Amino acid sequence: MSDTAQLYDQGEYNFAYLDEQTKRMIRRAILKGIAIPGYQVPFASREMPMPYGWGTGGVQVTASILGKDDCLKMIDQGSDDTTNAVSLRGFFEKTAGIRTTFETSEATVIQTRHRIPEKTLTEDQVLVFQVPIPEPLRFLEPRETETRKMHALEDYGLMHVKLYEDIAKNGHIATTYAYPVKVNDRYVMDPSPTPKFDNPKIDEMAALQLYGAGREKRIYAIPPYTKVKSLDFEDYPFEVQKFDKPCALCGAENVYLDEVILDDRGGRMFVCSDSNYCEERRAAGHRGPMAADPAAAQIGATDLQETAR
Amino acid sequence: MPVRLYLNGVSKSFTMHLQGGTVIPVVDKVEFSVNAGECVVLGGPSGAGKSSILKMIYGNYRCETGQILVTIGDDIINVAASEPREVLRLREDTIGYVSQFLRTIPRVSAEEVVAEPLVAQGASEAEAVEKARGLLSRLNVPERLWTLPPATFSGGEQQRVNIARGFIAHYPILLLDEPTASLDAANRAVVVRLVQEKKEQGVAMVGILHDQDVREEIADRIIDVTAFASDEAA
Amino acid sequence: MSVFTSDDPLLQVHNVTRYYGDRIGCADVSFDLWPGEVLAIVGESGSGKTTLLNCLSTRLAPTTGAIEYRMRDGTMRNLYQLTEAERRLLMRTDWGFVHQNAADGLRMTVSAGANVGERLMAVGERHYGNIRSTADDWLGRVEIDSDRIDDDPRSFSGGMRQRLQIARNLVTHPRLVFMDEPTGGLDVSVQARLLDLLRRLVSDLGLSVVIVTHDLAVARLLSHRIMVMRHGNVIEAGLTDQVLDDPREPYTQLLVSSILQV
Repeated sequence: MSDTAQLYDQGEYNFAYLDEQTKRMIRRAILKGIAIPGYQVPFASREMPMPYGWGTGGVQVTASILGKDDCLKMIDQGSDDTTNAVSLRGFFEKTAGIRTTFETSEATVIQTRHRIPEKTLTEDQVLVFQVPIPEPLRFLEPRETETRKMHALEDYGLMHVKLYEDIAKNGHIATTYAYPVKVNDRYVMDPSPTPKFDNPKIDEMAALQLYGAGREKRIYAIPPYTKVKSLDFEDYPFEVQKFDKPCALCGAENVYLDEVILDDRGGRMFVCSDSNYCEERRAAGHRGPMAADPAAAQIGATDLQETAR
Repeated sequence: MPVRLYLNGVSKSFTMHLQGGTVIPVVDKVEFSVNAGECVVLGGPSGAGKSSILKMIYGNYRCETGQILVTIGDDIINVAASEPREVLRLREDTIGYVSQFLRTIPRVSAEEVVAEPLVAQGASEAEAVEKARGLLSRLNVPERLWTLPPATFSGGEQQRVNIARGFIAHYPILLLDEPTASLDAANRAVVVRLVQEKKEQGVAMVGILHDQDVREEIADRIIDVTAFASDEAA
Repeated sequence: MSVFTSDDPLLQVHNVTRYYGDRIGCADVSFDLWPGEVLAIVGESGSGKTTLLNCLSTRLAPTTGAIEYRMRDGTMRNLYQLTEAERRLLMRTDWGFVHQNAADGLRMTVSAGANVGERLMAVGERHYGNIRSTADDWLGRVEIDSDRIDDDPRSFSGGMRQRLQIARNLVTHPRLVFMDEPTGGLDVSVQARLLDLLRRLVSDLGLSVVIVTHDLAVARLLSHRIMVMRHGNVIEAGLTDQVLDDPREPYTQLLVSSILQV
């Protein structure tokens, strides 16, 4: 094995990869972000040993806030076992030597891409988001100088232009992810590419939310119990996606479901996107309509052993 | 009858900078007054400066020296020294101008063209259009043309539209710049009656009328403009 | 009703001068603009008329001089002492700016309806149905068919784009509109229609307008007053028909005599 990463206490890397000066710089950005909820704080994003788009912003935030006693959960699209989650979890296991978990309630820091866990988070937890494009106005106004001014002056008419276009073209607000929100009645913010299904969870969340964009060099935050409102029109109020069936494996309703292709003959099912939530429900005896299906069972049975590791 | 308009020592010349600064004198020391209800006709050959005098009264030409005094109620205003917006206000409610040529505006119907000055004086759209139709009818403009823009009308029709526009509103002072030129006898008679009506309303008028018959019928006085010829012109 | 009745100027320009390094953009320009008044600034390219327009519309700070504007509450404010937020609010509510190139004044990638509705949304309108019906109404007023409301301006002709730009500016009922060669680059027949439309809107809404044009016919049709600029200076100003029919300055005489007669 050409494993140069070694363990942190063997001196190859500083704890959690980043040097302490960098962490301090990032923590200052985080503190500023918390002080001004929803405001994008520029920071000197570092090169990380992984490509942009893999969550370098989230990784830097996580590296800066981790302590030795923390327990980290790493999720990608709601799942603990997809490539991105596995790689980044492995990264912190090696460079920080901390405990990791699949269980939402056990984690003190949760780094996520595209989802917020179904289980309600608590004041003792921090949720770190990986953000590809932090600027919600970017696709409407390409000039950074101008978007900064628009934020400064609360000049947000353009955001509603986008929603207007959605309704005009589709009959309803068709934005389903990265749905813009107004934080604390002040800054309009992009909640990263989470489905709008998760937007209500952001509002008044007990846990601290930190958002990191590595390539774009921005950090922003929502402190616990902050008002976060999804933008909408009076006659087209904000609505979350509705699923007409429960999870095929655990039978959960009112959760975000992923479509899973079962075979090449059109077989498919909808299951919880939050894999840990689904497993816990099944462990507690909940059964969905396809739980007994062998093809489905194979997909659903993946990780319980690995979690226990 | 009270004096409505008084020109005092009015002089005008043109400096043609494109022709080496040639100065063309027009009129010098023009002096006359017009009473309410009176129609004064300017006489003299072409080029004597009749038209220039009308244009100075209307504020269309500048006046180099002298005063052009207009009485409005108790106020006396000098057109020659007025700010542009004062001149515009005078044109809206005090001085009317009936010219020979209609400056057509695309897509505005004949009756709207005619009604416009009355609307500007505060009349309702309906009232103004009603009065416009009455005038167009008196001036024998065919009814089928009323709702069309006058740009495509014949010269005579355009002229009559413009006469209707000039007579529709009430101005205490009305300037007539050859309103009857090239009109047929019947329409000339209509214009004569319109002028008589204005006189009865106490309007002071200054006109240029080459038509001998019309001139005799409406002129209370004829002022020979050649008397104001500039010395330099001689 | 008469538009010349107000005695309070809307805009007061005091000795506005703008240098570009050592070069003069416009020099020592002063004038007042009253409600409902249309002022044309004419002159050839490089005469300083666009520099002046940009100074007036807060797009370019003058080197010296002051510009005061009567806010909706009646107070006169120096434009260059407004905060950026106040200035932006002014520009998207009480003012309009019609660019020569419609693409500069429109969002080319969003629909006609959203282009018109943007200002409404910017001032807090949050009812989609109301925004849309107001946009539809304005498209009608600038003679764009309702069924084009969801089309991008990219699919519009030059004349339509210009009319859309006008609707987008007028939707908040501004009191002052700046226009930079609004008919430039359009076919003559398209120009005539646009001019007529502008003339009507300006008089119906009682707008004050500062319009920059090199086309004296446009100035004659739309404006009450005219300022002739040359080498950054205002060389002649006055009533539009007086300046055009009885031009005094050599340069103005040259301009007037250069008009092609049709």
